[in-house]
Amino acid sequence: MQIKICANEFDPFQEIQIFQKSALSIVKKFGATSVFIGTMRDMNDGDAVEAMTLEYYQGMTEKQLEKFVFEAKQQWQILDALILHRVGNILPDQTIVLIAVWASHRGDAFDACRYIIEALKSRAPFWKKEKLTANDERWVSNNTDGYLNKNK
Amino acid sequence: MSIKVQYFASLKDAIGKSEDEITGEKSLSVKDVWDLSNQGHKLPENTLAAVNMDYAELNDNVSDGDEVAFFPPVTGG
Repeated sequence: MQIKICANEFDPFQEIQIFQKSALSIVKKFGATSVFIGTMRDMNDGDAVEAMTLEYYQGMTEKQLEKFVFEAKQQWQILDALILHRVGNILPDQTIVLIAVWASHRGDAFDACRYIIEALKSRAPFWKKEKLTANDERWVSNNTDGYLNKNK
Repeated sequence: MSIKVQYFASLKDAIGKSEDEITGEKSLSVKDVWDLSNQGHKLPENTLAAVNMDYAELNDNVSDGDEVAFFPPVTGG
């Protein structure tokens, strides 16, 4: 398992490739890889967003992310997981979060990846502050539940 | 006993401090820690708490040397 909090921009596809080639836990063993990449948009709640600052609780964040992977391993047969999350100043189009999960089979990879991103969204101590184009800043108040069906 | 207290994000802005250190004679709950550190300020609704970097309830007890944190709902990812 690798968990990285990144102060600088990263290329999620390159990170996946590096991990996939070097992690002995998965090399020649995995048959399925599931990936979630979260990217910053230039719009939120109907307002244009110019930039964002991400704050986190150093120590607790890493501890909670490790726990989510551990919880996923208890529920699904996964070989390994990689989590990267940006902090500091972020611009639209930049990657905020990468979750990659390797397993023998797709069901475990998909379900564990989904579990980890939903756990991160609701329990990992990160906070976003948006800088609006109107030179105005605001804290994002909460994340929505990813399992809610918006089309009901 | 001595407790290190940390505040984050909008809560930190609202109360105007990012950390604190409190001391108490008797056994303290997480809520007592908030009250001692923020005399007169009501604990905002939806505030989350952690003790030693694990989520905690307001009525959980704290021990000497613990790190207690208060923060708003998380918005990462």
